[in-house]
Amino acid sequence: MREVAVIGVGCTKFGEKWESSFRNLFVEAGALALEDANLSGEHIDELFVGNMSAGRFVEQEHIGALIADYAGLATENIPATRVEAACASGGLAFRQAYTAVASGMSDIVVAAGVEKMTDVDTSVTTDVLAAAADREWEGIAGITFPGLYAMIATQYMHKYGLTREQLAQVAVKNHENGALNPNAQFQKPITLETVMKSTLVADPLRLFDCSPVTDGASAVILAPLERAREFTDTPIKVLGCGQASSSIALHDRKDICTLDATVAAGNRAFQMAKVERKDIGFVEVHDCFTIAEICAIEDLGFCKKGEAGKLTEEGYTALGGKLPVNPSGGLKACGHPVGATGVKQVYETVKQLRGDAGKRQLDADIGMTHNVGGTGATVVCHIFGRA
Amino acid sequence: MVGIISYGAYIPRYRIKVEEIARVWGANGAEISKGLGVVEKSLPDMDEDTITISVEAARAAMARRDINPVDIEAVYVGSESHPYAVKPTAVTVGEAIGATPVMTAADYEFACKAGTAAIQTSMGLVKSGMVKLSVAVGADIAQGEPGDALEYTAAAGGAAFVIGNDDPIAEINHTCSFSTDTPDFWRRENKPYPRHGGRFTGEPAYFKHVIGASKMMLEKMGTKPSDYDFAIFHQPNGKFPVQAAGMLGFSMDQIKPGLAVTYLGNTYSGASMVGLSAVLDVAKPGDRIFMTSYGSGSGSDSFDMTVTDVITSDLFHREAAPSVASLLADKKLVDYAVYAKHKGKVVMME
Repeated sequence: MREVAVIGVGCTKFGEKWESSFRNLFVEAGALALEDANLSGEHIDELFVGNMSAGRFVEQEHIGALIADYAGLATENIPATRVEAACASGGLAFRQAYTAVASGMSDIVVAAGVEKMTDVDTSVTTDVLAAAADREWEGIAGITFPGLYAMIATQYMHKYGLTREQLAQVAVKNHENGALNPNAQFQKPITLETVMKSTLVADPLRLFDCSPVTDGASAVILAPLERAREFTDTPIKVLGCGQASSSIALHDRKDICTLDATVAAGNRAFQMAKVERKDIGFVEVHDCFTIAEICAIEDLGFCKKGEAGKLTEEGYTALGGKLPVNPSGGLKACGHPVGATGVKQVYETVKQLRGDAGKRQLDADIGMTHNVGGTGATVVCHIFGRA
Repeated sequence: MVGIISYGAYIPRYRIKVEEIARVWGANGAEISKGLGVVEKSLPDMDEDTITISVEAARAAMARRDINPVDIEAVYVGSESHPYAVKPTAVTVGEAIGATPVMTAADYEFACKAGTAAIQTSMGLVKSGMVKLSVAVGADIAQGEPGDALEYTAAAGGAAFVIGNDDPIAEINHTCSFSTDTPDFWRRENKPYPRHGGRFTGEPAYFKHVIGASKMMLEKMGTKPSDYDFAIFHQPNGKFPVQAAGMLGFSMDQIKPGLAVTYLGNTYSGASMVGLSAVLDVAKPGDRIFMTSYGSGSGSDSFDMTVTDVITSDLFHREAAPSVASLLADKKLVDYAVYAKHKGKVVMME
């Protein structure tokens, strides 16, 4: 396998993008990535796009070809593939692009993610997202994603004594980071009280425990490491890549407080990267709900089960902490355009490692991403370092 | 100069608290009430509809001034809830105030701004000399699906304005509009309740148009917010008009007299116009009034008006019809069961 580097990144501002259509979004992100890599369209050999549900959100399928077409590549006839793994679609698109380059099949490959979620009303959005769970055993019974993660949170609090305040602190910390990120949907710090007093969504999760509904797109460009410096002075190397699956229904897990696919995908990424947990300078984790960040920190092996709440409370995961978690603001503050999130995590990691992350810049050599589909039926992790 | 010759408002007596509606749907009433800035909303009696509300408002306008009904040569009624899909509300209003048969009449629909569109049409007809006086009404028995967010605010009420050239109580210095195809709220043919785009109804819909029309007006007139004594903005809830005022630089003192929504709810086509009525209830000669309506779909009509000394002269009898404040005070609170009966939600088996 060849070594692979990220040579260009682009991301739209995330939010309620009333003025941008689905195709506007990815064209904007793609153009930014190409510009960043000093490339033009005819250099692109292949394209992968992560998208969960354009079919239901904007009644558009056949996204791979659509993106290639609207990127101005219709006459280049490049292979263009849509990748779907619910909220992990973006991370998985990146993995597909990585394997395409690593295998030698293609040289310059785009990994993009896009979701346009605000063209339908909230009840439709909730139902579309519920399709990431088991429709026959969970969805039909009426459970939605806040409900599933609320069950994880309830069980977790019971088992490990996590406090409501510790959970809220995840949101406070991510909003603090988001306030420094010009692409974030929410760029406003919040207080613990704001979280604790916000509307109850699914006990114990409140409005500010939940990532919002968001439009947005991200795109990154990969190349063989040996060619990376043709395009950029700051290539970022993919050190490790791990993907795992688990039961689609939450009730089929041995322990609902552990996302075993996170454990497996994390371990695979670490094994491949040949780095230790202590080597990781920061991690972008999939905090679709505050409890998800708590579980992720533990399941990736950064601390023992039951400790992440206390560490969060102590500032261990804050920007100035020992292990900054979600320096971008995470899904909580950046917003969560489900297909784009996994690629946005790569975007943030590359920006950080290049020293190009503005006010939220960290001093780190190695960063990690963690992208989850459903309640952990698909997990994709990547580890990056400077080349 | 063209202006308002007389005005009248009508609000049905019945009220239901937002908290009572929330109780039925298992929602947090205090939170919803605070979030919307609405405490209670009006509802019609069993036999009230947009026609009866329009007639009451038009009669109140006629009561305030000695107007020869024959001089009324046009009647326009803006509403989202005309009782008939085909057959005008406006002719019934014309009959009730004695303006028939030598008059033109039509019903208008532009979501919540059809009433202010009727004022603009009336202005055009009056200014061109086609008619002597024209009546413009905005009234609604607002629809909101049970359990939907709209149900907490959808209210009943309306206001009527007689538009003419001679001795107005308020001169309309200028009007301008800002309209685009923005589908934030709609009701299809044969559907009983409107649908809406949730949060889309805010920034790209209400605020874009209200701010757009208001700025256009300020620019055209070369005025700044502090030049006005009162400002009225369409009030679908208690939050949007306050935010819009803040964005433009109007103060709470300027908008409070015309902010009827807190204890009235959203009377759709009646909303801005009931607000204007409340301001005219207290305005003094020389006062300058700014008003911007909003109708989903979407558009805003902005008005710049100056109150004349006719309002306190013998030509006009403000006290001859009830003020908005007295209409709001004269109320009877009901529970959800009575509300459901009044709103026709209880269907009897034949």
